[in-house]
Amino acid sequence: MHPLLKNLTLSCLTAAGLTLVNTQITMAEKVDASSVLSNYANIAEAIFEDSLTSAKALDTAIDGLIQNPNSESLQIARSAWVAARAPYQQSEVYRFGNAIVDDWEGRVNAWPLDEGLIDYVDSSYGRESDGNRLYTQNVIANPILNVNGRQVDATKITPTLLSETLHEAEEVEANVATGYHAIEFLLWGQDLNGTGAGAGNRPASDFDTNNCTGGNCDRRAQYLKAASNLLISDLEEMVGNWTVKGEARTFLMEKPKTNLSVILTGMGSLSYGELAGERMKLGLLLNDPEEEHDCFSDNTHNSHYYDQMGIQNVYTGRYNRIDGSVISGPSVSDLVKEKDKTIDTELANKLSKTVDAMTAMKTRAETVEAYDQMIGEGNTKGNAIVQAAIDGLVDQTRSIERAVTVLGLKAIEIEGSTSLDNPKAVFQ
Amino acid sequence: MTYVNFPVAAIGIGAALFLNVTIVSGAQKLERTDLNQTDQSRVTAIVKKTVDFSKAEQFEAMSAGAATSTASPNSNAFSHSLENLSFKGQRDFKLGNGIFKKVWTSSPSSTLASDGLGPLFNARSCQRCHLKDGRGHPPKNNMDRATSMFLRLSVPPKTAEEKSKIASGELALIQEPTYGGQFQDFAVSGLPSEGKMVIDYEEIEVTLDDGDVLSLRKPTYSVSDLGYGPMSKDVLFSPRVSPQMIGLGLLEAIHPADIRNSADPLDKDKDGISGKVSEIFDTATGEKQLGLFGWKASAPTVALQSSGAFAGDIGISNAAAPRHWGDCTENQKACLEMPNGVNKRLGDTEAPKTVMDLVSFYSRNLAVPERRNVNDPQVLRGKEIFYEAGCADCHRPKFVTSRDAEQEEHQFQLIWPYTDMLLHDLGEGLSDNRPVGSAEGAEWRTAPLWGTGLTQTVNGHTFFLHDGRARNRMEAIFWHGGEATAARDTVASLPKKDRDALVGFLKSL
Repeated sequence: MHPLLKNLTLSCLTAAGLTLVNTQITMAEKVDASSVLSNYANIAEAIFEDSLTSAKALDTAIDGLIQNPNSESLQIARSAWVAARAPYQQSEVYRFGNAIVDDWEGRVNAWPLDEGLIDYVDSSYGRESDGNRLYTQNVIANPILNVNGRQVDATKITPTLLSETLHEAEEVEANVATGYHAIEFLLWGQDLNGTGAGAGNRPASDFDTNNCTGGNCDRRAQYLKAASNLLISDLEEMVGNWTVKGEARTFLMEKPKTNLSVILTGMGSLSYGELAGERMKLGLLLNDPEEEHDCFSDNTHNSHYYDQMGIQNVYTGRYNRIDGSVISGPSVSDLVKEKDKTIDTELANKLSKTVDAMTAMKTRAETVEAYDQMIGEGNTKGNAIVQAAIDGLVDQTRSIERAVTVLGLKAIEIEGSTSLDNPKAVFQ
Repeated sequence: MTYVNFPVAAIGIGAALFLNVTIVSGAQKLERTDLNQTDQSRVTAIVKKTVDFSKAEQFEAMSAGAATSTASPNSNAFSHSLENLSFKGQRDFKLGNGIFKKVWTSSPSSTLASDGLGPLFNARSCQRCHLKDGRGHPPKNNMDRATSMFLRLSVPPKTAEEKSKIASGELALIQEPTYGGQFQDFAVSGLPSEGKMVIDYEEIEVTLDDGDVLSLRKPTYSVSDLGYGPMSKDVLFSPRVSPQMIGLGLLEAIHPADIRNSADPLDKDKDGISGKVSEIFDTATGEKQLGLFGWKASAPTVALQSSGAFAGDIGISNAAAPRHWGDCTENQKACLEMPNGVNKRLGDTEAPKTVMDLVSFYSRNLAVPERRNVNDPQVLRGKEIFYEAGCADCHRPKFVTSRDAEQEEHQFQLIWPYTDMLLHDLGEGLSDNRPVGSAEGAEWRTAPLWGTGLTQTVNGHTFFLHDGRARNRMEAIFWHGGEATAARDTVASLPKKDRDALVGFLKSL
């Protein structure tokens, strides 16, 4: 939060059109690690609550599509999916450093997927894969399956079937049966346009049991509903981890000073490795339209944009909720500022600069061409826009490293690791 | 059981004893050029094999030092980057991971950078064999084509020239004239595959000293549905499952002196264990390099092992293996007529240098998971047996990696890989009867055991050894012969409780 705002009254801020939650600190109070982590956990709780709320809205829209499948209800469901991605992607910064989130993440956000496991696919997808026996298993068309050498009765497609039997079946990571991207595939279908214009184009009649296209419309609807239910229960579980007595929060609060590094580790790892690296640079390197995160819906620009918003949120200790209210409180930024104002300004500016670069990418995706076109071979302008966002991510990570140093968090790690009673101690 | 002191341990503690060359058992010992005297004495002390099994040793849980992964021991346990990796390192790791997972397509294709598959191949991507970055397995039956295993091929040298090149080390082996160095059971569309690998198992009973009976399955390998005519009558098969990917960069960072000093090819210390260095002929320089990777230690570096796998397994050419047609031979004309995936704008090979650098970086930086239950009494008892039976004589517990290692994260880490990185004769039972480079048919590089305790968790099975013939750890132990005969017989003489403790220790790795 901006220091000048800190001693303003709640009513004043409300008058300004903002609702402030959890603003207990005043100028006089010195920010400590514990209050920063507590606010970090509050934001996590709010983000996962918002993800849950929007997943429930998606579920309602899916009900609408199943009951009355037409292009309008399909569009409503697709919009609900896109809306649900906005809060969820802001949670990704919590994955890194918080093992409990990282262990769970694969259930809701795994990608890329061999979609032939789930439903019919175009012949260009290929008929078989040397490594994935389930490459074209098509669960929707086949009520009796053979998984891991055992016959599986999939007459009824349930959340348990998806999560316990099909997800990552036979050790193949591309067998993604659950989560946002499985739902995305069912709502959009394959994007067969390569680096050309257009997203997946599944017709609403794929869910119409009276005028069914694509076959097995009842089972397709069943699959979609099961995946949606599972997403809700998985998100409920994660919200629980961040409540007052939740496991993720309790773990963080046990050693506030050491765990401050969790916040910065999350920011740095998402910025550099995950986002600038695997999700963006790889696509540019290979000019491969398959290398995009939300590939069926062409929503990748939003997915990247909200990841960056998440990074900025946890640094500034501030999150704009989907209902328009704001969570704000003591932040790492406050701590860095106390130690070295220049580094705080530098990092805050770089985070904004990346937000700007991401906004340019988002705008281009919404007005000119989709993300998978931008990374196409020979698309100089598109490539440059993606590269600018990558550069911003890399640059902000350098300042994150400086923030780690100025807060003395590297020293804490080393101090902790030489102590003799520490089972995680290492020889140096 | 004779206790062997590994050379560094044998040097003794105290800086005063350090000379340029130390003599142990009459052999000249190499010095670690990367350490000063203080470092050397600390290293010597810390890698000394313990004799106290009452509690875990200091640093023991962290199998790979500061690089150890402390993430949850779940099915992703082998897929994390080194814990001490910088943000930039994480970036390259993730990029490498993307390429490791990348499914290559046949040429020509609209995605120019991703084509070049085959024409003959065993898999379309790295990850498809290195499932979850872990261990492959034999096919479930002869109909199962989703394999993470293949056959290497060769023939004995026949001409005088072949014989002399093999003798000098200039050639590691003579390839099968039609099918090449490896049997590919897949091919791109429009081309026949080389055929199918066929495995027949025979159950063999082994009776332990207490009367318990163990059944081992003995495999016999053959090929069927040959796509390119008959194979040489004298073809030699060597089956290989894909190994786990963890800790490879740290193994590469072991100082060569530590490996060479353990070797005792003539068994001068008469402990029944020889241990031989794998020497690899570098065609570029004509010099010999230390072989470290692969089941027979046939590759000197992770990068070269990766290059070989790209060309041989996926059929993707690269600078170190510029074979655009993968493993096609001149006797497979149809194969050589297929288009390749070289895109001049991107480079002279199907996988340009950037791609190979990233995938090698990835392969060097997968973390070894933290040990579980190091202080459990059963685990400690199992550890004691592991040491006393002599398992630890080859499955060497500890090293401190070189300060000169190329990558900072790999430098000066106390690691617990349970391998001496040497070739050992494991007897006729395990022999593939196919010599390659320094390794005879019965000789295999000591397999690192770190992380193997999580094989079930990560890969859902416990198939061990080079061809996955062992269905569990006890079977793996009883396949050992040759230099490991005494250790194996010791295990056979143990009461069940102690055998279970030994397995308990292995599961904690």
